[in-house]
Amino acid sequence: MKVLVTVKEVAEPSDDFEIEGLGVAEAYLDYDLNEWDDYAVETAVQLAEAGDDVETVAVTVGPERSEETIRMALAKGVDRAVRVWDDALAESTMLDVATKTRLLAAVVDREEPDLVLTGVQASDDGFGATGVSLADAIDYGWAAVVNDMELTDDGRVASVHRELEGGVEELTEVDLPAVLTIQTGINEPRYASLRGIRQAQSKEIAPMDLADLGLSAADVESDLVLTDVYEPETESEATFFEGSADETAAELATVLREKGVGAE
Amino acid sequence: MSDDEPTADGGEATDGDVLAVADHRRGTVRDVSFELVTAGRELADATGGELHVAVIAGDTERFAEVLSVEGVDVVHAVPNGEEFNHDVYRQAILALDDRLAPSYVLCPNSVNGLDYAPAVANALGVPYVSDAVELAYDEDDGLTATREMYGSKVETTVAVDAPRAVVTIRGGEWSPVEEAAEPVVETVEIEIDESRIRSRVTGFAETAGGDVDISDADVLVSVGRGIEEEENLPLVEALADALGATLSSSRPIVDNGWLPKNRQVGQSGKVVTPDVYVAIGISGAVQHVAGMKGSDTIVAINTDPNAPIFDIADYGIVGDLFEVVPELIEAFGGEGP
Repeated sequence: MKVLVTVKEVAEPSDDFEIEGLGVAEAYLDYDLNEWDDYAVETAVQLAEAGDDVETVAVTVGPERSEETIRMALAKGVDRAVRVWDDALAESTMLDVATKTRLLAAVVDREEPDLVLTGVQASDDGFGATGVSLADAIDYGWAAVVNDMELTDDGRVASVHRELEGGVEELTEVDLPAVLTIQTGINEPRYASLRGIRQAQSKEIAPMDLADLGLSAADVESDLVLTDVYEPETESEATFFEGSADETAAELATVLREKGVGAE
Repeated sequence: MSDDEPTADGGEATDGDVLAVADHRRGTVRDVSFELVTAGRELADATGGELHVAVIAGDTERFAEVLSVEGVDVVHAVPNGEEFNHDVYRQAILALDDRLAPSYVLCPNSVNGLDYAPAVANALGVPYVSDAVELAYDEDDGLTATREMYGSKVETTVAVDAPRAVVTIRGGEWSPVEEAAEPVVETVEIEIDESRIRSRVTGFAETAGGDVDISDADVLVSVGRGIEEEENLPLVEALADALGATLSSSRPIVDNGWLPKNRQVGQSGKVVTPDVYVAIGISGAVQHVAGMKGSDTIVAINTDPNAPIFDIADYGIVGDLFEVVPELIEAFGGEGP
C-alpha cells in the first residue's frame, strides 16, 4: 500500500507586522509546517507502523526554502518526498486551487497511491479545497474533514468520521483509492526524534518542475488574481484596562461583580 | 472524468444567473441557507440575472417550502437520497448547471460545502473561491471576493479572471432572509450514476455529551492556546472556581486532549450565550467566535493587542494571563493552584 501525504509550508505573521505590496513583509514571517498537515503526516506514519509494506511519500508545492519543512515530515517517519516547483509558479500572485490540483494530479499519476491524505486547510490562505478538488480530478473517492479513520482489513474501504458543526459527527464509508482531508485532533502528532532528524538528512526529496510533470506554463495560469492585501480595520469597541497586572485585575473584578459574577 | 459527464468549458459567457445550494441536515434547513439567499440575490442583482436555489436530498418538498423566501426566483428540489452525500450533490449540481448554465454557483463554506463544492468547481473547470466574507461585481471587472488570510489577521481581495466561478460564503456574514414569498418551485428528477457513488453515510454520532453542558452556564471561563501547557490548566480552573463559573475552552485545548469535547466552544463544539464569557488566551478565530458572540458580556485577556477576540470583547486586558489571572483569583478571594 502506498500513502501520499500533501504538506505545505505556511507563513505565520508575528503579532505586529507590516504589509508590503501583496503580502506581509518578509521580516515579520515565520515559516512552519501547516498545522493540519502535521496531523495528516501522523495519520500516514501510523498507517505505516501498523501495516506491513506501507510506503509513505510526502509531496509539497513550494520553493527550495520549503525543504526544511518537508524534512520535518521525513524526520517524523515519512519515507521520501517530492517537491514541486517551477519559476512559472513564482510569478503568480496566488496559487489557486485549480493550479495546485493540476500539479498534484500529475504527481498522483506518477506515484499511484492507494490513499492520499491532506490537511483540511492551510493556515495561511485557508481555501480548504485542495484535497476534494484533487480527488475529483484523479477520479478517487474522498471524504472531507475527517477526525477518525480506520481501514478495513482488506484495505479497500476507509471507515471515517466527518466532523460536522455542533458536536455531530457523520459516519461514512469511502471506497479506496481515496483522498481524505484530515482535521486537527484526529491524533497526537509526534515530535521528531533526534534519530528521526538524523535519518531524514539522507532521505530523498525529489525536485520536480513542470517539464518533469509533463505540464506547461499554460497549465498553471491562475484564474484568480490577488489584487489587494490589507489589515482589517479594528472593530473593537472594548473598554481596555491598562496598568500593572494587579491594577487591571482589580478594575476587571469590579466590572465582573457589577455583572453579578461571584455573588453567591 | 468519463465521456458522458458535462465537459469542462472553462467558463463560457452566461447570463448572470446565480445558483445557490442550500444546506440542510437531519431534517432541518440550516441558517446559512438563508444567508446564501441574501448573498445570491445581491450578486444576481449586480449581474442582472436570476437567483435559483437548489435543495438536494431528504424531504425536499418541505425544504422547498421553507426556502420559498423573498429574493428567490426559482427553487429546484432534487429529491435524490435521504441525507447529504457528496457524490449525489456533485451529480445533481452538475445536472442543474447543465440546464441552467448559471454564471455563479454559490455554496456555504460549511463542513458539507467543503465536501462537494471544490469537486463541482473541478468538474466544471471553473475557478473556486472559498470562504468569501464579501462579494462585489461589476461588468468590467467581473467578480471580486474579499477573503481573510492568516486567521483573521489580514484581509485580501481576489479578482476572478473568468466569467464563471464556484464560490463558498462564510456563515454569519450576510443577514438571513426571513420574509416568505412564492417563487416557482420545480421538482427535478435526476438520474444518478450509481457507479460514481464511492461513499456511504452509515449514521451520526453526538460527541459533545457527558456530565457538563456548558451551554447552561451563566458564567464561563474559557481557556485557549495561550495557556501553553497542560500543567497550567489548574490556573484557569482556580479562576473558574473563584468566579463560580464553568470551565470551557477553544478548539486546540480539546485537540490536545487536555479537556473533553463537551467543553469546546465554537463551530464544531457548542454554541454558548452566557451572561459573562471570560476568554483567557483565546485569539478569537472565526470558528470560535461563531460559538460565543451571542454572550451578553465578553471579557478577553490576551497578549496580542490585534487578536480578533478584542473586536467582539466588551472589556479587554492586553497582558500576560500568567500575571493577570492570579491577581484576578485573589481579587475574588480565591486560591491559586
